[in-house]
Amino acid sequence: MTDATTTAIAPAIRLSGVSKRYAASSPVVLDGIDLTVAPGEFVCLLGASGCGKSTLLGIIAGLDTASAGTVAVDGRAAVMFQEASLLPWLSARRNVELALRFGGSDLPRPDRRARALELLDLVNLADAAEKRPHELSGGMRQRVALARALAQDREVLLMDEPFAALDAITRDLLHEELERVWRETGRTIVFVTHNVREAARLGQRVLLMSSRPGRIVNEWSVADEGPRRIESPQVSALSVEITEQLRREIRRNAA
Amino acid sequence: MPHDTLVAAPAAPTDADTRADDLRTLEAGLDRLQTDVERPLPWWRRAIDGVLPPVLLVIVLLAAWQVYTIIARPRPDLAPGPFDVAAALGEAWSDGRLQLAVATSLERGILGFLIAVAVGTPLGLLLAEWAPLRRALGPLISGLQALPSVAWVPAAILWFGLSDATVYFVVLMGAIPSIVNGLVAGVAQVPPQLRRVGTVLGASRLELATSVVLPAALPGYLAGLKQGWAFSWRSLMAAEIIAFGGSIGFGLGSLLQQGRDLADLAGVLGTIVVILVVGIVIELLVFGPVERGLLRRRGLTGGTP
Repeated sequence: MTDATTTAIAPAIRLSGVSKRYAASSPVVLDGIDLTVAPGEFVCLLGASGCGKSTLLGIIAGLDTASAGTVAVDGRAAVMFQEASLLPWLSARRNVELALRFGGSDLPRPDRRARALELLDLVNLADAAEKRPHELSGGMRQRVALARALAQDREVLLMDEPFAALDAITRDLLHEELERVWRETGRTIVFVTHNVREAARLGQRVLLMSSRPGRIVNEWSVADEGPRRIESPQVSALSVEITEQLRREIRRNAA
Repeated sequence: MPHDTLVAAPAAPTDADTRADDLRTLEAGLDRLQTDVERPLPWWRRAIDGVLPPVLLVIVLLAAWQVYTIIARPRPDLAPGPFDVAAALGEAWSDGRLQLAVATSLERGILGFLIAVAVGTPLGLLLAEWAPLRRALGPLISGLQALPSVAWVPAAILWFGLSDATVYFVVLMGAIPSIVNGLVAGVAQVPPQLRRVGTVLGASRLELATSVVLPAALPGYLAGLKQGWAFSWRSLMAAEIIAFGGSIGFGLGSLLQQGRDLADLAGVLGTIVVILVVGIVIELLVFGPVERGLLRRRGLTGGTP
């Protein structure tokens, strides 16, 4: 984490007028996206399939480039995908250590090991440190991926539908886990999802994107009164409201 | 939408520590439910499972062969029984030809294979990482893999005479294309997502190659090595049969050729059995364990014993 006094002023992410098309003749994927994310903020990016939310995340991550507009990110971002994408021949601990080793890090080996174990403990996986990915469940693998993303020690964490492939019970627990980790580490999180409840459950701010072209059409702020539950009335009410507009946006594509 | 509550919802925001503890036990319970503990079979049980079926099959085949020779009484020079073959092998053993042949062929096979690995691995890496070269050279390598390497024997004899160089040349032409193709296929099959993750984690080009791509390509490379060994061994036998005499030593192929010249069918069949057994032993002692270990570590064992 960086110095609190400087990050309190500068935004963690600032996008202005970001547009994307893959070729001159192809349709516009993203159209004039303006987005500012404060340090330590938890933002959910919500939209139907094909609204370009993953493309937008890729642009913020530096995996893709914008056709127009400017992108400024506080340092480089760590990224988590829908698949855990762990290296199958390495144990959970070694997978986390990889993030500590890459990019010319000079952390000595014992320190890397200790730090990896610490992070695995943060996601409640200390006992599974020496297990290989195929011995772990989908939810455990995603938690290892979370520990690995945290190991990079980047201010910004981008998450591309990280829990979409998990069952509802596991997903519910991982929401709680992620929220706790977010509160403990103070990371800035941009969380992409097509699950309205998930967005309403997690985000301090929920941004709704329209499809073809991808634009941010509305945004909701959620008062942060400590941890909430996905079945709480507050989350339900917000979900209903967001779903209404999401359906209107989708219906526009029928014409 | 009804949603089952997993734990009693905290009425008032309780102490953050207890909530963290709740989550911890909850997660530990779910982890336990979602992972099943594999109980590996004891080693003797695995040994029996692995060894018994093939041994039984060999015994049955030998018995059937023996019964056939007793009942049908074929001409012993055209269809020798198992005991004739064993006797021929015993004779070759007692005058030292068998040991010499096995030692010569194994030495050539292993040395040739190692040279092929040393040449094929860098070549394969070059092809895997440099697309223009792969496009140019790929079809040729695949063609060479399909070309029976025996076809090189006449040319090799004209170039190198009846010397060991001829034998090694033929072995290398047999093995190198398989190793190169195995490595190229292994690298091509690395899931793109793994490369993407490597990039996202900040790996340099070199780190990506050594820590992500190469380990991920290992199963394909090993398959190429296995096939490379098989091709070395069979090319070697072919070369030894055809190229006979001169300064070429006495290998198993030479033993076969000698048996043919003497019309000693029992000796020829015995030699074939020895060649087969060498192949099986190398697979069981070298490639089998390496491959099983590699796949088990990655959870790719599937139905293998």
